[in-house]
Amino acid sequence: MSLYDNRRRRNKIAMTLSLLATVFGAGWLVLILSVLLWEGFSGLSLAVFTEMTPPPGADGGLLNPLVGSLILTILAVIIGTPIGILAGTYMAEYGRHTKLTTIVRFINDILLSAPSIVIGLFIYEIMVAPMGHFSGLAGAVALAVIVIPVVLRTTEDMLLLVPDQLREAATALGLPRVNVIRHVCYRAAKAGMVTGVLLAIARISGETAPLLFTSLNNQFWSTNLNAPMSSLPVVIFQFALSPYKDWQKLAWTGALIITLTVLALSIIARILAASRKTP
Amino acid sequence: MNVASVATPAAAPAAIDGADLVEKISVRNLDFFYGDSRALKSVSLPLYKNTVTAFIGPSGCGKSTLLRVLNRMYDLYPNQRAAGEVLFDGEDILSPRQDLNLLRARIGMVFQKPTPFPMTIYENIAFGIRLYERLAKSELNDRVESALRRAALWDEVKDKLAASGLSLSGGQQQRLCIARTVAVRPEVILLDEPCSALDPISTAKIEELIDELTDDYTIVIVTHNMQQAARVSDHTAFMYLGELVEFDATSRMFTTPKDPRTQDYITGRFG
Repeated sequence: MSLYDNRRRRNKIAMTLSLLATVFGAGWLVLILSVLLWEGFSGLSLAVFTEMTPPPGADGGLLNPLVGSLILTILAVIIGTPIGILAGTYMAEYGRHTKLTTIVRFINDILLSAPSIVIGLFIYEIMVAPMGHFSGLAGAVALAVIVIPVVLRTTEDMLLLVPDQLREAATALGLPRVNVIRHVCYRAAKAGMVTGVLLAIARISGETAPLLFTSLNNQFWSTNLNAPMSSLPVVIFQFALSPYKDWQKLAWTGALIITLTVLALSIIARILAASRKTP
Repeated sequence: MNVASVATPAAAPAAIDGADLVEKISVRNLDFFYGDSRALKSVSLPLYKNTVTAFIGPSGCGKSTLLRVLNRMYDLYPNQRAAGEVLFDGEDILSPRQDLNLLRARIGMVFQKPTPFPMTIYENIAFGIRLYERLAKSELNDRVESALRRAALWDEVKDKLAASGLSLSGGQQQRLCIARTVAVRPEVILLDEPCSALDPISTAKIEELIDELTDDYTIVIVTHNMQQAARVSDHTAFMYLGELVEFDATSRMFTTPKDPRTQDYITGRFG
């Protein structure tokens, strides 16, 4: 009986400990989110979306970093997605058993978890230093380097889930390989592939480190890709560290906007991923 | 072994219903390898125009392998190769110069499991046609309709052509696949156990369909089901362990088989 009691006691202790760990972990998350909501929402106003970043002490908004982030993200996706999809297609469709695929997959896995500051430094060396100045383009390329491994991985995984039978059926109609992939495999894997792109966008929309070395920041309105460009994460970084109250307020609001965007992207990605299973 | 004798048309059975038999495809001394293992051993047989030929035999006997040589489907995979000759209207399809896409447009195939493409019912059919022919919208509509009629599916889907091909039942999906194959107007249709995933009613519909299709097409069917072979085919090839044991008119094969192994298989002693 004592053995049984002992076990019960130990069971209780283990359960209490794991419950505490959960509460501790989730607690911080809730705390972060509620502070973010509290501080961010109070600063949210129309001016945030219509006015430029202000000098200290003046009124202003986040229009230039918002537009900057949008440009950088879109450009990064335009550069990174085709490369990721084409490489993933090669690996899943053409070179499934080749050595090249094994090597690329290995390197891609490393790139997938590489610290983004390393990517920023790399682009600084190959683009910013030779050009002699920071630029939006360099920022977009740095973000594209983060997009590629995410898109490549999901594209390969999703295409590998397409049954070979479907490929055979399309081939049996006399379709050339390219058409089999484009019209049948892509169509079957579409939801998963789009999910990959959305996750990549979510991933880069909060990246600060690679942008600090590349697009830097711009306190004025600028859509010139050859000049420094403002972006939300970098503005948050700069404003949050400043001693000015109104800049700190704007940093909170910017952080809230990024968080909500990422949340929306994750939800859409989840819905898409779920719809893939019920065709 | 009477493999050698069946290869020559002279030894083939006389015409089933009085028509002259023309060899559409002649398989000659065909060997097939998966890596180092030999799956077909010197197989020779004729496939006659506008008839149905059934390949029967226990699992692993090479009947599906033989079928997949006829449209060179095995080419998709590394380490699979065929040696010998397969003459299609006198032309060796195993030749490296053979245009595979053109060959597969002329020799269609329907698979064991229904494989509708992830697109609408209409697109499933139109897709293959568009690849080889440039048609006006109305002409294309006609072709889609006639293909679906051909596959006895038109009445069931005519009001929902824009629905996904995946929304159909298994039997309907399989008829959609047949319609899709018929739509590109091949000369030969290969059926790889087309009814094994279907219920008896769908099976009956497809067998009926096979019978009608012989007016225009040469049909080869792989089947596990001997009654099905007996019902639908004009000729039957019995395969065992990669060898062609016997090839004959179906009526003769099922009444007076020459080889004791055929006898054992069709009477259900093994397989």
